[in-house]
Amino acid sequence: MKYVDEYRDSEIARKLVDEIHRITTRPWALMEVCGGQTHTLVKQGIDEALPKGVRMIHGPGCPVCVTPLEQIDKALAIAARPDVIFTSYGDMLRVPGSTTDLLSLKARGADVRIVYSPLDAVRIAVANPERQVVFFAIGFETTAPANAMAVAQAASLGLDNFTVLVSHVLVPPAMTAILESPTCQVQAFLAAGHVCAVMGWTEYEPIAERYHVPIVVTGFEPLDLLEGILMAIRQLEEGRAVVENQYARAVKREGNRSAQETVFRVFDVGDRTWRGIGMIPASGYHLRPEFAKFDAEARFDVGDIHTQEHPACIAGQILQGTKTPLDCIAYGVLCNPQKPLGAPMVSAEGVCSAYHAAGRGLAAPTAFPLYDLSRPNR
Amino acid sequence: MCLGIPGKVVEIRDGGSLPMALVDFGGARKEACLAYVPEVKLGDYVIIHVGFAISRVDEDEALRTLELLRTIDELALDQELGAEPAQP
Ligand code: SF4
Repeated sequence: MKYVDEYRDSEIARKLVDEIHRITTRPWALMEVCGGQTHTLVKQGIDEALPKGVRMIHGPGCPVCVTPLEQIDKALAIAARPDVIFTSYGDMLRVPGSTTDLLSLKARGADVRIVYSPLDAVRIAVANPERQVVFFAIGFETTAPANAMAVAQAASLGLDNFTVLVSHVLVPPAMTAILESPTCQVQAFLAAGHVCAVMGWTEYEPIAERYHVPIVVTGFEPLDLLEGILMAIRQLEEGRAVVENQYARAVKREGNRSAQETVFRVFDVGDRTWRGIGMIPASGYHLRPEFAKFDAEARFDVGDIHTQEHPACIAGQILQGTKTPLDCIAYGVLCNPQKPLGAPMVSAEGVCSAYHAAGRGLAAPTAFPLYDLSRPNR
Repeated sequence: MCLGIPGKVVEIRDGGSLPMALVDFGGARKEACLAYVPEVKLGDYVIIHVGFAISRVDEDEALRTLELLRTIDELALDQELGAEPAQP
């Protein structure tokens, strides 16, 4: 497939690994923010092919994992109502709430439907005027343009049976929170290419300068990641700290202006709680007052929500990069993709699920990388 | 849900109030909204997130990146030998 296969070329991958080994003189800790990148790094064994002492810390960039338990519990309370058709991206269905998940609720008769695009949820609302249709609008900057358009469409169609349960999170404030933490070990970031495709990278420039961290906007294929790592280490070795763009084929400095316009027409920036991390100021989107009638939290009284995480789950520390799934006593024993205890085991972008899929720390490997990068040539 | 994938625009459709397209992902085809990439033409590659194209793949930049990656060991050799690095 074009723009995919050529960025998986094993010969070039090998060259890049060699080049990274050649230029690295010191140990470095890099964070890939995006869970999709974590998945590729772990699956292809890229993190293990890096020079000794160069460490990839896996960031909090899995929207499913950071959606707060309280929002999941609210989703469950709304989805359980007989007058509601609850629509969601598929990844959210198995995320454990305090007592159950959306999939179990569906099995017990709730009308929970998976949609591929939020426009599908709007279509369902048009087709079912007698029912209330609620869409679980979660995600980072990448899904915000789609979710915003769904609300804008519902408004222009004058729908009064469509609402969204919003839990949108933003990358730059999370990076700042990580850098502000007294235990922060991150020396450079690979920024998520598709987040920047929407928002551009101007927001990252003051972060790179203020904290003196290199930030490389990076794509998602193995060669993109290897080149991103190479560019970040080159900056670290040379003592530079600027924003660079590895993913020029899809990202422009100003991002996608038209998408930003719709996002900011519908959403306002406000505080958000991240599951496992806590409240981060100005780190999410909320509906603007003009669109308040599309707010599911206002339309449905969900009562008092008392949340409870599974006591064994250390997802919070994993999402902040201070622990790995291998530090969790439940990993692979009590917690696996079939029976997840915490959100990072559910989503394909979650760190725990990425480790599990690659067989890390398990008796029998469950997957094999595309190519063997484990033995550098030199 | 959060993963974006590149696909080729094989048909542009009138979706009523929104411009829509049929996008081919190496065999699998899905409908996507082009509202955010008005410059996209038939045959272009776009990055799709949850049914929306958020970016057009720039062919020239894609070729440049690949060219650069292919010559990475020559660059390294030049640098080892103390030559001026080629302009990226
Ligand atoms: S392995 Fe399971 S229980 Fe442990 S941190 Fe990950 S999601 Fe939580």
